[in-house]
Amino acid sequence: MIRTGGRGPWRIVAAGTALAVLAPIAALVVTAASGSEDLWRDLIAFVLPVAARNTLVLLTGVGLLTALLGTGAAWLVAAHEFPGRRVFDWALLLPLAVPTYIVAYVYLDVLHPVGPVQGVIRALIGVDSPRDFRLPDIRSMIGCILLLSAVLYPYVYLTTRAMFMMQSANLIDVARTLGHGRRRIFFRVALPLARPAIAVGISLVLLETLNDIGAAEFLGVRTLTVSVYTTWITRSNLPGAAQLALAMLCVVVCVMALERWARRRRRYANDAQHPRPLQRETLRGSRGVLAAVACGLPVFVGFIVPAWYLIDATIARVRFAGVPPSLLGEVLNTVMLSAVATLVAVAAALAVVYAVRTGPEFLPRLFLRIASLGYAVPGTVLAIGLLPIITGIEAAVDTVATALLGVSTGLFLLGSGAAVIYAYVARFLAISAGSIEAGFSRVSPSMDAAARTLGATVGRVLWQVHLPMLKPALATGALLVFVDCMKELPATLLLRPLGFETLATHLYGEAIRGTYEDAAIAALLIVLAGILPVVVLTRVGARAGPAREAEAADGISTLSG
Amino acid sequence: MRGLAASLSSNQGKTHSQTMLTVEALSVHFGTTAAVDDVTLDVGCGEVVCLLGPSGSGKSTLLRAIAGVERPTSGRILIDDAEVAGPAAFVEPQQRQVGMVFQDYALFPHLRADANIAFGLRRGEHAIETLIERIGLASLARKFPHELSGGERQRVALARAMAPKPRLLLMDEPFSSLDSRLRDDVRRHTLEFVRESGTTTVIVTHDPDEAMRIADRIALLDHGHLVQFDTPEALYARPASLFAARFFSNVAALPGVGRDGYLETRLGRFTAPGVSQGARALACIRPQHLKLAAASAGVEGRVVASEYRGDCHHVLVAVEGVDVPVTVCVASTERHRGDAFGAGTLVHLAADTGAVPIIAEDGDTALSDQERYAN
Repeated sequence: MIRTGGRGPWRIVAAGTALAVLAPIAALVVTAASGSEDLWRDLIAFVLPVAARNTLVLLTGVGLLTALLGTGAAWLVAAHEFPGRRVFDWALLLPLAVPTYIVAYVYLDVLHPVGPVQGVIRALIGVDSPRDFRLPDIRSMIGCILLLSAVLYPYVYLTTRAMFMMQSANLIDVARTLGHGRRRIFFRVALPLARPAIAVGISLVLLETLNDIGAAEFLGVRTLTVSVYTTWITRSNLPGAAQLALAMLCVVVCVMALERWARRRRRYANDAQHPRPLQRETLRGSRGVLAAVACGLPVFVGFIVPAWYLIDATIARVRFAGVPPSLLGEVLNTVMLSAVATLVAVAAALAVVYAVRTGPEFLPRLFLRIASLGYAVPGTVLAIGLLPIITGIEAAVDTVATALLGVSTGLFLLGSGAAVIYAYVARFLAISAGSIEAGFSRVSPSMDAAARTLGATVGRVLWQVHLPMLKPALATGALLVFVDCMKELPATLLLRPLGFETLATHLYGEAIRGTYEDAAIAALLIVLAGILPVVVLTRVGARAGPAREAEAADGISTLSG
Repeated sequence: MRGLAASLSSNQGKTHSQTMLTVEALSVHFGTTAAVDDVTLDVGCGEVVCLLGPSGSGKSTLLRAIAGVERPTSGRILIDDAEVAGPAAFVEPQQRQVGMVFQDYALFPHLRADANIAFGLRRGEHAIETLIERIGLASLARKFPHELSGGERQRVALARAMAPKPRLLLMDEPFSSLDSRLRDDVRRHTLEFVRESGTTTVIVTHDPDEAMRIADRIALLDHGHLVQFDTPEALYARPASLFAARFFSNVAALPGVGRDGYLETRLGRFTAPGVSQGARALACIRPQHLKLAAASAGVEGRVVASEYRGDCHHVLVAVEGVDVPVTVCVASTERHRGDAFGAGTLVHLAADTGAVPIIAEDGDTALSDQERYAN
């Protein structure tokens, strides 16, 4: 009785959750196969080559630039002392609060030929008309790479900084006594040791890039994601969209394989038992200023300009016409969807993780891995996979209801927003699972054993022992999921009920139409919410030093692998 | 290995009488605490010196300051008569030509053993293969650090530090992470290698036995101060303080008063030519200084406890007028007698009055030392 007491239900819920996450991916394959051959040939001839090439160029560009920015900033902050370092330590994370579609939305206006920046430049060089002088158009591949990198580099920064801070100072010291200067030590010791962390960071960046729909579309870059969206929305071609989505899935697999490869031999990283922390080298004079500028630039482009612009635009809008009446409804829609999804995601994650805790055998572990897979699947792909499942269930229920009760239930899943919630849960379950797992890892297993030998069932152990101790982990997980749901755009666009607007979809709509009216307020609200997880990340780092921070970075890394 | 070690030396032809390292009035402060406080010492060419002390005595900090990875607050360090730290200059560690071996070895985990050893060599210096072969590491050369055993790691770390022919070899607790059976072997080989090469070497250790075995001279540190800097023999025979005496062996401090070149104590008169008439001093009684005596010849005491130590019994005896019980070493061949030392047994003690170290009692220090290290 004590051995198996009450473990079954947890496993069943875990299996169900894993199945639910896996279903859209399976459905995607079936849908893709259902398309006619002509259709596929058409896609291969006209859509796929351009979209695939654009996606690859974008991924390469963003991957390289974020690696450079993130690693450089992390090395400056972790190994040097210069004016403002303490502020940059956390400020460099702020761009995480700005979703890709918002940074694109902001810079389209800021860098518009008749916008503020170009206006100032023209005034400075004494040119009157935009026709005589203008900057290169931001709506280009280069622009897209720059803007995405400006908000995505913190993923690399976060993981790599933690790794630099974990490195034993003895390694650096011994390299110095062997005659190496700081620069050579960076390239020969610090960088190779940080490689696994950099790989994790870059893979997260690439997954985010692949997931992005707004920025690429606003900036006129036809990526695979954009193609999937338009193939379904404007051409109503579900099999075609599914086939493109399948191509995206291949890219996801490649990214993850690449990350695995770059992380090989990872275990050697934690060799020293009690590493002395790195000693910071003080940069004086112009070198210090240079370091501050190097750290300040990405924060300026990725956070300060967008935040300043959104606040400015919001104030102007509210002064001019007050708070738009539709805003309250959108906020309610956003919060309601996100809150329900968060609740479900945390509960499901708890079940899946607890199933592993109570019986760490092969199956529960497999369920956990599968359930965490959704984070790597772009929102568009997930939505396209979900559509046939949702419509299938709706049709079946409708038939039964009509036959038995004479009532048509219609599109009760899509219409109620349940489909959106499903997508949110499938996509972000991994985040809550990650923080709950980290929380459980701090509760000694002998605690479970003690409670069980005192006669408690598995359920009672969870309720009376674990949950009270897990509160902070649950709260953190819930917050992260909630904010990610609020920011989610691609799946929301595809699965929301007709005429139903969230903050993100409202902003998307206005940006696509080229109108800039109420969207700034919506964008500002999203960014403000987005700051919350950044605060959590910095507090985790500040409270308990490098060890906990490494743990946090590790938690993030589990999301991708 | 003989020829190889010699070829790694950068100071052939110099002798102990020439100074390789000088530390002058050196202090290293961390915030308000002084980790190293006004330490002065010098190390001759080819000499092996141990920095010895309990944890927190500042020995590692001193070593790191010599390496250049810690900046001193005041004082000077000279290597080969050139100032490397002080008011006039600060030479970065990469320019000091010192080799360093850390307690955790700090091998670069992403490099194989041979690449680790070659790390400090400039491109083109390809003596590395012969070096590896002759040091007996050929079979390990292509392995990563995590594939090596503790002893092998230590050898790689030593080879890495020695490959660039350093002027000074610095080792921070180089043997303490090895298990005890391996330690003696590795220590002997390391010291053979170091002495063969003639490299001036400074080794940090907390283990007095280790320091006695390997050092030409020992610098004993406590709370950042240099307590005594002398040969192992001198430290043992003529400790400068009770702390120094107690660091090397079990010592009972017996207070006494000077009279006619002797120190009069509860346990008899000890030869003490340095103690002036009427001055108070301490006799440092080690177990081997005491023996059991016939009732007529000795001082009376009662057994407190006894411990079996293999080759002898240590019998703790309380003597009237002596603050802590003194330890007597009783040979184990007299096992039947050893067994007979139950608590409360009345015994008589006699002291070997010639060879006992005498320490002039310097009031508070002696007392606080006594309290700190009495066990």
